[in-house]
Amino acid sequence: MSAPARRIAVFGATSDMASAFARRAAEEGARLVLLARDEEGLERIAADLSVRGALEVRTRVADFADPDALKEAAEAAWSAFDGLDVALIAYGSLPDQTALQGDLAGTEAALFLNFVSPAVVAGALAERFEAQRAGSIAVITSVAGDRGRQSNYIYGAAKGGLQRFLEGLRHRLHPAGVQVLDVRPGFVATKMTAHLAQSGPLWATPDKVAADMARALGTRRAVLYTPWFWWIIMSVVRLLPRPLFHRSKL
Amino acid sequence: MAASGAYRSWGGTVRAGHEARMPADPRAAARLVGTLGPRRAIAYGAGRSYGDVALNPGGLLIDTRRLDRFIAFDREAGLLTCEAGVRLADILAVTARPDADGSGWMLPVVPGTRFVTVGGAIANDVHGKNAHLRGSFGCHVASLELARSDGARLVCSPTQNADLFAATLGGLGLTGLILSATIRLRRVSGLALESEEIRFDRLDDFFTLDAESAEAWEYTAAWIDCLASGAGLGRGIYLRSRHLPGAAAPPPARSPRLSVPLTPPRSLVGNLSVKAFNALYWRKLGSAVSRRTVAPYEKTFFPLDAIGHWNRFYGPSGFFQFQCVVPPGDGGQVTTALLDAIARSKQGSMLVVLKRFGEIASPGLLSFPMPGISLALDFPNSGPATLDLLARLEDIVARAGGRIYPAKDSTMSAETFAKGYPALSAFRGFIDPAFSSAFARRVGILHADAMEPGS
Repeated sequence: MSAPARRIAVFGATSDMASAFARRAAEEGARLVLLARDEEGLERIAADLSVRGALEVRTRVADFADPDALKEAAEAAWSAFDGLDVALIAYGSLPDQTALQGDLAGTEAALFLNFVSPAVVAGALAERFEAQRAGSIAVITSVAGDRGRQSNYIYGAAKGGLQRFLEGLRHRLHPAGVQVLDVRPGFVATKMTAHLAQSGPLWATPDKVAADMARALGTRRAVLYTPWFWWIIMSVVRLLPRPLFHRSKL
Repeated sequence: MAASGAYRSWGGTVRAGHEARMPADPRAAARLVGTLGPRRAIAYGAGRSYGDVALNPGGLLIDTRRLDRFIAFDREAGLLTCEAGVRLADILAVTARPDADGSGWMLPVVPGTRFVTVGGAIANDVHGKNAHLRGSFGCHVASLELARSDGARLVCSPTQNADLFAATLGGLGLTGLILSATIRLRRVSGLALESEEIRFDRLDDFFTLDAESAEAWEYTAAWIDCLASGAGLGRGIYLRSRHLPGAAAPPPARSPRLSVPLTPPRSLVGNLSVKAFNALYWRKLGSAVSRRTVAPYEKTFFPLDAIGHWNRFYGPSGFFQFQCVVPPGDGGQVTTALLDAIARSKQGSMLVVLKRFGEIASPGLLSFPMPGISLALDFPNSGPATLDLLARLEDIVARAGGRIYPAKDSTMSAETFAKGYPALSAFRGFIDPAFSSAFARRVGILHADAMEPGS
């Protein structure tokens, strides 16, 4: 207990990957500020983290689908402990591609929640981190952002856009010594993917992703594929020649 | 969350496709129980029950692994509240951290594996090596919250819904879905254990050793060499342990470091390996008669937790566990008869554990522990020969007025169950009509055709 307790903000704290990450941090005695839409869910996680050893846990209800709430949420997270060491942006939705085709409002909402909203929050935090000249911004994107595929390209476009945004933000914050981590999970058995079968060698647990994230923060990585083999899979998918790619069902 | 697919018992002799639900939090779990619809359900936790108590082929499973949050921990009083899917390993990791003087909070009762859920520990009213002094797990449950199919969420404790509380402790998950529980932890002056292992040559010596150890040693049990017969029948190694004041021990790992990655096509546990294991174990103390050690508690409490999925060693046919308790009066003779039947059958068991239960009354209507002598064994599944042996053992137990442990059973008859658990008819009044399990149908707690509510 020699190092000062880390100050960590988790945006979308009720998501499975985020709460698995928060658990690990709590057991190391971190101070956590949790933001999410579901108040009861937040309280449940806050109680859990306190028992597990978090030095302090604060919660704040925030709807990240609401454009007017974003800056305020970022400010509140920053000021909870007067600065942050890590900000994890973990919220998102996995929309049904076919249902969204031709649905303008639905497409807009999916693009907003998975791209615009986290980009705005990361951007608002960037000002603060840049001035502080230390810390890490971690954002959960997805391997789906690596190539547009017929099965999932609205979600993929949002995540791909977010990846570009983070790439630029990383470039900008590099001189300030601020880490920008782009976390690209593959299939993870979470609430968001509950409608899928969730079994087989490609599926990972939220805790596996959380462990990888914690390690990547420690080594100040830029891009994390988790589990690691997704780097190979996505390299193949990206490099697949178009005539072949078009014949696939990917 | 979708979780349907093949679920199996830990022994691997029951394997069935199930439709399963995995509610994300207690609220969702209570809602699910309140709207179960046409099929009956049973809770499934960490999957460590050896037999079919947590299986429900044709019905529904409620997989509780996501009900894994702590709710509160009063560090002064040692009261821990958590959701039902929290595992004992997680409780130890979070609460059993030693203070500077080595003292700390400890789970008052732990079974032979820490990888079980709190809900499962309550529903099976599990016991440990300190059963003679501390009773069963249920003795330390201050309260629990139960979701019933009529939509109610009931707090049950010795003072609130006390009847339903008693039915739920050891109630095999049939009284509703346990959402959360408050456990009274125990303060110990040292988390590490001092242990003694003492070799004994005859069964009578077990009783002598046990009589002189029971007061001063909190944790006691004996390993029996099940292949010894004649004059050596009932020989073994007596293990006694107690917390050592001032000796700290860190919590054990939350998952095993080693694991069996897949099921081999054939059992690796055959007669030869059973013989070799028993012969080596009998000689583990070398030429010494006894040995004293001071060590963390995991080797004593959780010897099987060192290797994950160790059940896979038994191959695709799996293995049977058997545990009984027989009244103390003629405990020695009955134990001799059981050991004799095993030795004659030539069906060896790796791990035979003998343990005396004390006078502390178990709090549940269907709790397994009662005063007497308890014998636990496992047998590789060799088909009819193994089933014959299990039937013979069951017969000896039933005649002696004993009972068999549901959490480990796969073969007991309805008659033996009813005889061993005289509170059965009282228990039936507390069964939630939307719950059922393979075990409950097999041993006649429910009618064999009880698949739908109210049937």
